[in-house]
Amino acid sequence: MVRVIIAVCMLLIPGVNVAVAEVITIAAAADLNFVFRELAAEYEKSTGDHVRLSLGSSGNFYAQIQNGAPFDLYFSADIAYPRKLEEAGLTVPGSLYQYAVGRIVLWAGKDSHLDLAKGLDVLLVPTIKKIAIANPKHAPYGRAAVAAMEHAQVYDRVKDKLVLGENISQAAQFVESGAADVGIIAMSLALAPPMQAAGRYWEIPADAHPPIEQGAVILKGAKNQERAKAFLSFVQGADGQTMMKRYGFVVPRSVAD
Amino acid sequence: MNWIAIAVTFKLALLTAAVLLIVGLPIAYWLTFSKWRWKFIVESVVALPLVLPPTVLGFYILVAIGPHSPVGRFYSDVVGHPLPFTFEGLLLASILYSLPFAVQPFAAAFEQVDRRLIEASWTLGVSKPKTFFRLIVPLSMAGLITGAVLSFAHTLGEFGVVLMVGGNIEGETRTVSIDIYDEVQALNYAGAAKTALLLLAVSYSVLLLVYAMNRKVWAVWPQR
Repeated sequence: MVRVIIAVCMLLIPGVNVAVAEVITIAAAADLNFVFRELAAEYEKSTGDHVRLSLGSSGNFYAQIQNGAPFDLYFSADIAYPRKLEEAGLTVPGSLYQYAVGRIVLWAGKDSHLDLAKGLDVLLVPTIKKIAIANPKHAPYGRAAVAAMEHAQVYDRVKDKLVLGENISQAAQFVESGAADVGIIAMSLALAPPMQAAGRYWEIPADAHPPIEQGAVILKGAKNQERAKAFLSFVQGADGQTMMKRYGFVVPRSVAD
Repeated sequence: MNWIAIAVTFKLALLTAAVLLIVGLPIAYWLTFSKWRWKFIVESVVALPLVLPPTVLGFYILVAIGPHSPVGRFYSDVVGHPLPFTFEGLLLASILYSLPFAVQPFAAAFEQVDRRLIEASWTLGVSKPKTFFRLIVPLSMAGLITGAVLSFAHTLGEFGVVLMVGGNIEGETRTVSIDIYDEVQALNYAGAAKTALLLLAVSYSVLLLVYAMNRKVWAVWPQR
């Protein structure tokens, strides 16, 4: 029995560890869920490198990187996290870069009767049972949602109806599946094809919350800093910026311009 | 379907079951035959992962093997990279997480072996290790297979611990259950459903095997 198991393990081990040309491991905030899958595929096609994309909440990645997570690049939804990593000496000096400013929207499913044009006041409609946002504790988009609701002076009246996604993608999934009646999600997710097909959205004015400044950084432990730099330049370049804009991000002027 | 995640998961589950088969045997042997009065303390520790929330276990493991702990620093000094968020770290976590699923069936099987046979073997001058491998192990084979198979199946489905110490890295720590979670968040319900169905089928087959092993009578139809 033992011998059989060991033999099978021996067979399996090399199978998974087969090295691909060059591998870049990226931790990306959940609001990049759709745009980065597209971006990574495009990058893989043009360079032949393999991009390993992990998506999740920025705050969780921050904690994981502090605990030694082996990522090469970190795209946070809040530039404060990579800035703190830089201060802690965990990044390649000078690599910190603000790659985008994010926007949030109010989102409801196709068959919802809510009049989103009313803005955040629509959250007070009594038929609404659940409102999905990302967990403000560790997700920047959740913090922006709370700030916008406070700005519209509805937060105290709706806070018992909030359901918290572990990250902004999960909040979007909550409302897309109908489990929540309405949600405050990233514009980049509202503009993704499956979300566009399933519902409609209303842009929350940018001045209703502190700007969602998103920062990227190359990590000191990066196995291949050259490749990490190449990917970062790709995001900063014209092709990358076009894609980011298509998903509703406000991007800084292209470095290539 | 994400074949890389499937391969990682099966590799993790097989290695976990293999290690537990080796590590679990002496622990189960000691738990069964020791006459130490404080034995129940060790028994409780072994059973702890059954009742402990996986996030609690994951959190402790993360802290214990992270770069801020002496163990974590020692590992990264020797091997050259930190242990968390690697396959090895995940393997360690899975072994601890599935420990009772191996040790308890092992110990229960050892308990069932007739003490008179064991003592007869000892009094005939057969050494304790030899008695163990030639007598106890063959007589508790069903329990050993149950323990190995259960720890394999338990590892296949673990989520909370993987989320805490894994970090969701493709080809390293992204297991099938994490992949399903990712697919749902990407609104790819069809992809999630396919992988979920595979996991359901494998888990059910494994349990079928376990319960079939534990049948008293090896007949498909009851004998007249």
